[in-house]
Amino acid sequence: MADTGFVQKEKLEEFLRELSKDAVVYAPCLEGDTVIFKTFDPGTTLCLDRPANNPPKLAVFPQSETLFSFKYKKDAEDPRKMSVELEANTDFPRAIIFGARPCDAKGFRIYDRVYMDTNTPDPYYQGRREKTMIATLCCSAPSPGCFCVAVGGGPAHREGSDVLITQFEKGYFIEPVTEKGKTILNAPQIEDGAQYAEEAHKRQLESHDLVRNPFAEDGLPKISRSLFDLDEFWEHVVSKCLSCGACTYLCPTCYCFNITDEQSLDIGERIRSWDGCMFPHFTLEGSGHNPRPTKFKRFKNRVGHKFLYYPEKYNGVIACCGCGRCIRHCPVSVDISEIVSYLRGSRFEFTNEPPESIGTDTNS
Amino acid sequence: MSQRLREVIAGVFSEVDVVLAYQQGFDKLHVTPCFMTMPEEINKLVWNPLCAHNLTSYLPSLKKKKVAVVVKGCDSRTIVQFMEEGLINRENVVIIGIPCNGVISVNKVLHETNHEPIEDITFGENGEISVKTLKGEKTLLLSDVCPDKCKTCQYPTPIVYDRLVGDPITSDKSPDSVYADIKEFENKTLEERLQYWEQEFDRCIRCYACRNACPMCICQDSCIAETRDPHWISQRSTLSEKFMFHMIHALHLAGRCVECGECERACPMGIPVNKLKRKINLDMKELFGYEPGINPEDKPPLYTFKVDEATIKEHKI
Repeated sequence: MADTGFVQKEKLEEFLRELSKDAVVYAPCLEGDTVIFKTFDPGTTLCLDRPANNPPKLAVFPQSETLFSFKYKKDAEDPRKMSVELEANTDFPRAIIFGARPCDAKGFRIYDRVYMDTNTPDPYYQGRREKTMIATLCCSAPSPGCFCVAVGGGPAHREGSDVLITQFEKGYFIEPVTEKGKTILNAPQIEDGAQYAEEAHKRQLESHDLVRNPFAEDGLPKISRSLFDLDEFWEHVVSKCLSCGACTYLCPTCYCFNITDEQSLDIGERIRSWDGCMFPHFTLEGSGHNPRPTKFKRFKNRVGHKFLYYPEKYNGVIACCGCGRCIRHCPVSVDISEIVSYLRGSRFEFTNEPPESIGTDTNS
Repeated sequence: MSQRLREVIAGVFSEVDVVLAYQQGFDKLHVTPCFMTMPEEINKLVWNPLCAHNLTSYLPSLKKKKVAVVVKGCDSRTIVQFMEEGLINRENVVIIGIPCNGVISVNKVLHETNHEPIEDITFGENGEISVKTLKGEKTLLLSDVCPDKCKTCQYPTPIVYDRLVGDPITSDKSPDSVYADIKEFENKTLEERLQYWEQEFDRCIRCYACRNACPMCICQDSCIAETRDPHWISQRSTLSEKFMFHMIHALHLAGRCVECGECERACPMGIPVNKLKRKINLDMKELFGYEPGINPEDKPPLYTFKVDEATIKEHKI
């Protein structure tokens, strides 16, 4: 078998149908004018031109999943007694994420440290993750809001990917990165990719410098603790935030969840579902006390988790992959990269003014 | 216009704690709300057709402060509705009204430019918009890339204001055009409409941007979408739960929705959620002859109870 492959453009759908035979294939599909990561099936229109609005995290970390179902049963001998039958849900399908972006793939590595690389791995996450192959499409041009290079990634970054795909006019160059990724070359639609390898590697480097780097001077951004703990700073920069969860739900690195029992009569399910730190009930305690009662405290947690707490715990790794979705799709254009820029070092004193004047009159 | 607005804002600064206006966002295609607290910040001000956000949404949460807010005609209906429902202290709000010829839907511009990153955008006198991308320059018409609400706008000049920047504009759009699209949609069969909504709501990620962007969503932290008691919606991510949330959202806005379209503008998944609210508003208009956000002395029909409703004869007791 060749080391690399190539799929002609017109054979792509056939190729994905082939992959769908023994795996659930997730791919970016066009619905109206929106690109959605969802299960690929005949009839869906692929869109690989721009990053999907939602990340592919749902394939490994579903928005809601049943941890187990339960059933209360009356004891036949003594009807006053009840027993509970539990049934765990650990039967996970093989899955392939096709057309993730390098930022999306890197996002899964953020999850891995928390859910797998510990002495108490999460069986649900691990179960799905181990059965999922991630085939990543290199970015040929940054989208508005993208800043992957500023957080240690890049348009052809390989971390988290099992396969790297480079787009050509005629088709797709397919390059396995891991052992798991090699199986993708078995499909009959795959030709030998050797002749494209050199040009592909050239293309992979090309768009790196086009991505904006708001933290260029620092390497990776270092946050000033004193500024981070200044309430006035947060109140000012976050005043326009609507406190919705779009940024967290569209984030390839946000992994917080809620657990609820959804029960009717004597049967029910224990559900794990996405939660978001922007929501008021996120840290609401049983007593009614909420340690993060205001919008700005919640927002501070989001930035802190990604740029301070996670790096402190995991050797400086930033829990943001710079995909820019939280910026692009925020209803009021809150820009996390701008906020982190403000927070860097003691480069400037906080005076309500951005470090460089971005407010210009575009027209009258 | 920017210069005149700047002067008006400078004039009200001493009277208020904060001025709600717009400034440049993360790229040329986006402006973003800005909370100005110091007069020097006026130099950040931007005013152009990208200023689509309804800034009045922030007013109820700023009830204790003195606030000046920049409003377009459509935004002003929110203030009127707030007054009807007692959600703001009118004396604490300085309304800076701007007659508006229409705003821009960012999504429509992106559609027209094939989602290429926008390098620059400039606005001509007569509604032409010049958009520059790496692939070249394209001229669009405001009438082609405005949100649908602008195409049938009946209130281009704010209904209430304390200062008006510019001369009042009278609408040249027919009142019958406002719900023409809804009436057309109603001609579809029940099955077709169900299929349409199922397909649209299937994309919903329950991020609640539509809810939080809605100025009239007043349940706030007690929204049934997340409460366990009452437990009407589960945390499952299924179509029926999504459907249920959107139905409740729409019904809570019956006769209250000012049709600013923020729900739809905010949706990151491109779901036409405003359509549902407008359908219910049309029903309310036909049943009660009531239009939200027009007269501060009005009361929303569902805030009142009459044994005899003038237009609902069959319910007469």
